[in-house]
Amino acid sequence: MKFFTEENLELAHEIIGRYPKPRSAMIPLLHLAQEQEGWVNDDAMTEIAELLGTTSAEVLGTCSFYEMFKRKPVGKYVINICTTMSCALMGAGDLMKHAESRLGLKSGGSTPDGLFTLEGAECQAACTEAPCLQVNYRHQYRVTPDQFDQLVEDLASSDSDIPKHGVLSQIRQHIPEDKFVGSTPPEDVVSAPVWLNEDGGRE
Amino acid sequence: MTEMAGTPIPHAPGFIANLTPRIVTSRFDYEDSHTLARYESTGGYQGLKKALQRTPEEVHSEVRDATLLGRGGAGFPAGVKWGFCPPEVWPRYLVVNGDESEPGTYKDRLLMELDPHQLIEGCLIACYAVGLSQCFLYIRGEMAVAQERVAQALNDAYAAGYVGKNILGTEFSVDIVLHWGAGAYVVGEETALIESLEGNRGMPRLKPPYFPASIGLYGQPTIVNNVETLSNLPWILEHGAQAFTAIGTETSPGTRMVAVSGHVKRPGVYEIVNGTTTFRDLLYGIDMCGGIRDDNDLKAFVPGGGSAPWFTPEQLDLPFEASDVGPQGSMLGSGAIMVMDETTDIPAAALTLTKFYAHESCGKCVPCREGGTWLEQILRRVVEGRGTSRDLDLLIEVGETICPGDFPHAAVASKGIEAVPFPYRMTTICFVGPSAFAPIHSALTLFREEFEAKVAGNDEPTMIEVAVDV
Repeated sequence: MKFFTEENLELAHEIIGRYPKPRSAMIPLLHLAQEQEGWVNDDAMTEIAELLGTTSAEVLGTCSFYEMFKRKPVGKYVINICTTMSCALMGAGDLMKHAESRLGLKSGGSTPDGLFTLEGAECQAACTEAPCLQVNYRHQYRVTPDQFDQLVEDLASSDSDIPKHGVLSQIRQHIPEDKFVGSTPPEDVVSAPVWLNEDGGRE
Repeated sequence: MTEMAGTPIPHAPGFIANLTPRIVTSRFDYEDSHTLARYESTGGYQGLKKALQRTPEEVHSEVRDATLLGRGGAGFPAGVKWGFCPPEVWPRYLVVNGDESEPGTYKDRLLMELDPHQLIEGCLIACYAVGLSQCFLYIRGEMAVAQERVAQALNDAYAAGYVGKNILGTEFSVDIVLHWGAGAYVVGEETALIESLEGNRGMPRLKPPYFPASIGLYGQPTIVNNVETLSNLPWILEHGAQAFTAIGTETSPGTRMVAVSGHVKRPGVYEIVNGTTTFRDLLYGIDMCGGIRDDNDLKAFVPGGGSAPWFTPEQLDLPFEASDVGPQGSMLGSGAIMVMDETTDIPAAALTLTKFYAHESCGKCVPCREGGTWLEQILRRVVEGRGTSRDLDLLIEVGETICPGDFPHAAVASKGIEAVPFPYRMTTICFVGPSAFAPIHSALTLFREEFEAKVAGNDEPTMIEVAVDV
């Protein structure tokens, strides 16, 4: 069964074309699958394997290594509360307890309405703004329990700009055809770039 | 591809300006610092233009003369690293390490969100100097906004002729491909980054070769540079190596971005003068952190990211200079300082770091995979009051399977403890294993009495619950 929509399939081919070897597009394509479905299912991995000329076991091998790829459905909003040192020093433990009781679940669980998944996360590179959390990998800084409640309310009432889980960058890189240098697979023997030659690029 | 429904991108907070000359943060005060228009109107792409008027070898020498030390953690000079590419082997690649995730570190994300063109220009200069045929800009998966900013900047730079075929009308042609990760700390290690970029599980490669410059992406020569390192290049090419080395010290020129977090009055990211600024300047300076919160006493601080052995107030006057910090038992790492005041529960604080490294172990080396997990579980038992005094020795015993011999630590004059210089010996391929032990070793060496208080009165060992998730 085919997984990718026609539009995403076209995008997948464009992404693959940027790499010297197709397999390098593995993580971007897994993200694309997660963007389409909210999680990565078996059909997605099978199709990615076909696109990259590898096996679905290889795709699963890569997929299962990375924390962000969910192989079971998760909530529309995945809330990651940072629990590493800087945030822990500034009250991340209390924030997590508050979040668990507000959402009525334990870290790792999802609400029955499929809206929220709560996770404890590791350092999110916002250490000076502790305690911090991410909703679908978008930061919220110096979060108090009241702010957390407000955030949950806003998200529940769709009063938020945050896209559904799986959508990362909302701006895609596009390389215009006439500007694309193209990638050379390593096994093709090539010589030094022309600009390295004696007067390459200069008159 | 077309842009998807655009949403306003919030500014990342964190940066605090002080009196230091600003090399990489010079545009951070502008609301539109990330746009091409702002970049061009503030001297943007001038470094590239100057570079293209010179030969690649001259550009390489300029960077070598600037002694630009890598800002990712190891502090290796970029110009020297570039020189490790074997001659006459093509193609060769540039991989930008934007997988910032060392606990406490917050600078590369700011640079990518607030000044993406500066990074792009830096990539181009590196590609030109070393003859790199393609650049992969690897951004950490959890940084959606940084990915948006860099994607937009790349699209604009391609359209304006700064990237791609025949850059600025010359023969110089290179693509910059935006790539992004999916959540794995260990991918910040350069050979793991390359594995990840090849579509594999992000596990570090066996060494030697020590530098991917000889054998890297697809087995080809590959330069891996940190975001902050590359962001320095436009300034160096525009103003010259001499102007760069005039700032800071001879061995550590230029500036550095340092994130100070934890119990200080003004936690923030500061650009400081390399080599001369002391930890005291940073933590207590009125134009910097302004002291410890509530005017409490300082108990300890981590000077260089979660992997670094801890310092106490006795090391406050050390300058931000690797050759001073190393012999005193720690490292500068990724420019991340985490501050603990007198109210801190030290064993619990150590646990937050050990838990991190145990969780992030890739599983390739047994001492790290097993040792890290056991360190976390034993320490958790101690922190929760279920440990015995034997557990404290057990922690050291397990740690020594990862790092045999004396582990580096700071001096504590009041207790008659002398410093053990950095670095350590290790039984693992990369630094994740030793990093799981570092906080425990530091905390136990400097504050053993706090651990003893937690285990006091417990003689019967308790079993460790090993949860199995199937």
